[in-house]
Amino acid sequence: MKRTALYQKHLDLNASLTAYAGWEMPLQYSGIIAEHLAVRKAAGLFDVSHMGELMITGAAAEIFLQYLLTRDVQKLKTGRATYALMCNDQGGVLDDLLVYRLQDDKFMLVVNAANTETVSEWIKNHLQSKKWYTMLPEGADATVLFQDMSVNYALLALQGPRAREILLSLSAADLSELKPFHFILDDSLTGDPVLVSRTGYTGEDGFELYCSSEQAAMLWEKLLTEGQVYGLQPVGLGARDTLRLESGLPLYGHELDTRTTPLEAGLDRFVNLEKPFFIGRDAMMLKDAQLSARTLVAFKLRKRAVARQGCPVYIQERQAGYVTSGGYAPFLQASIGLALIARSSLPPEKKQTEGLLQNAELVNRSQISAKPVLSVEVRGKRYEADFTDLPFYNRRKKG
Amino acid sequence: MQETIYYSKNHEWVKIKGELAWIGISDYAQNALGDIVFVELPEPGTEFEAGDVLGVVESVKSASDIYCMVNGTVAEVNEALLEEPEKVNEDAENAWFVKMEAVILPEDHDLMDENDYRRFCEDE
Repeated sequence: MKRTALYQKHLDLNASLTAYAGWEMPLQYSGIIAEHLAVRKAAGLFDVSHMGELMITGAAAEIFLQYLLTRDVQKLKTGRATYALMCNDQGGVLDDLLVYRLQDDKFMLVVNAANTETVSEWIKNHLQSKKWYTMLPEGADATVLFQDMSVNYALLALQGPRAREILLSLSAADLSELKPFHFILDDSLTGDPVLVSRTGYTGEDGFELYCSSEQAAMLWEKLLTEGQVYGLQPVGLGARDTLRLESGLPLYGHELDTRTTPLEAGLDRFVNLEKPFFIGRDAMMLKDAQLSARTLVAFKLRKRAVARQGCPVYIQERQAGYVTSGGYAPFLQASIGLALIARSSLPPEKKQTEGLLQNAELVNRSQISAKPVLSVEVRGKRYEADFTDLPFYNRRKKG
Repeated sequence: MQETIYYSKNHEWVKIKGELAWIGISDYAQNALGDIVFVELPEPGTEFEAGDVLGVVESVKSASDIYCMVNGTVAEVNEALLEEPEKVNEDAENAWFVKMEAVILPEDHDLMDENDYRRFCEDE
């Protein structure tokens, strides 16, 4: 099993470890709920070095990514990152990722650990197939280089309402004006350049710090020491999952897989269908016309229970689909979940509406004190549930 | 009346007092499970035999079955745990899940006393 550059630090902190996508990762330190609440109320530090960093470089890098990704990469300026999806020909999701534009002709894709290999193969095969050459202007330089830099990079995530103060107190760089999805190279943290990006996966303000594996332990130690007075705690993958779910963020292998399109998963705002071409677009244009067969909905159980991935979901007593993620939300203190359901199972008045949020609003308004139409089966028992808006938790509204 | 406590290899405890018994999970179990967020308990009046699944305890990360270690009938369930399952984390050895009556401990049981159980946990 692979270990990150911070493995020894996790042992020193008495973390309980878990196997995740071929990596031995910290599951929890003090406890999932305590760590979850630390991120909501103060700050948390995560080792997410298992994520893959893939470099796409060369004169035609932008055009090649336009071919591979759902997002309009042409609009992505140097110094900025964006969330995007990589799809197969059927429009199914191969991975969800962040694209960083490091230079005009240099991009970094940050991919899920479990998908790093598949995505690398996919990229290499498409690079070789040269089908994307049809997107190149006449006589253009077709140079694109691919490099998997995952082993060279460690990734630390500093997340929470106090993350900014902690980083500002340690850095000499001008981070106070760094906007969400912007990044800079900061050499004041370790002496070597650290890519500081205002991004995250917790629903809180925060940063993701990409540094060389050699510098990781020093940066980790520095942040934990400096952050102590701010209430900073190390946080494991257990709370990373509860935080992302409470914020309504999708996780590959749950809401997303090769059989689910981004449109079904409610990620249409990350798909630029107006682009002339990207892999999966043709299929999505067809499915989009049919308003996609399935749709992702968010629910809250009326009673305490844990509806995990795979639990059947019923609407008006008919099975409509399955839970993709579910669990106890520590900050909201509620049993929440996401489910992929057949659009045809939604009551007729809701089928015409476009977005998920509108659906939920309609249901909620028409449903006060009405009999529940929604229920989830856990171990053979039905639990009443209500549709709810996404995100479950919004830091600007505090819940 | 004398009270005897036994532990199972699945990390439940049972306190037996005459024909009554209380069942819960051990401190080792709560620690291994992590934050407990839900317990599913049987209906009072339900009869169980040793080895049957009595209920479920859910932590943030996983769900685990709780097994019955004796033959008997559920006299009472600990309703407080339904609202505050974290009590199991706080004091596992006293946070009973069910109270059983008409209890019979099967003669061929493989339960451990406190000392044997402690050694068993050290080897886990």
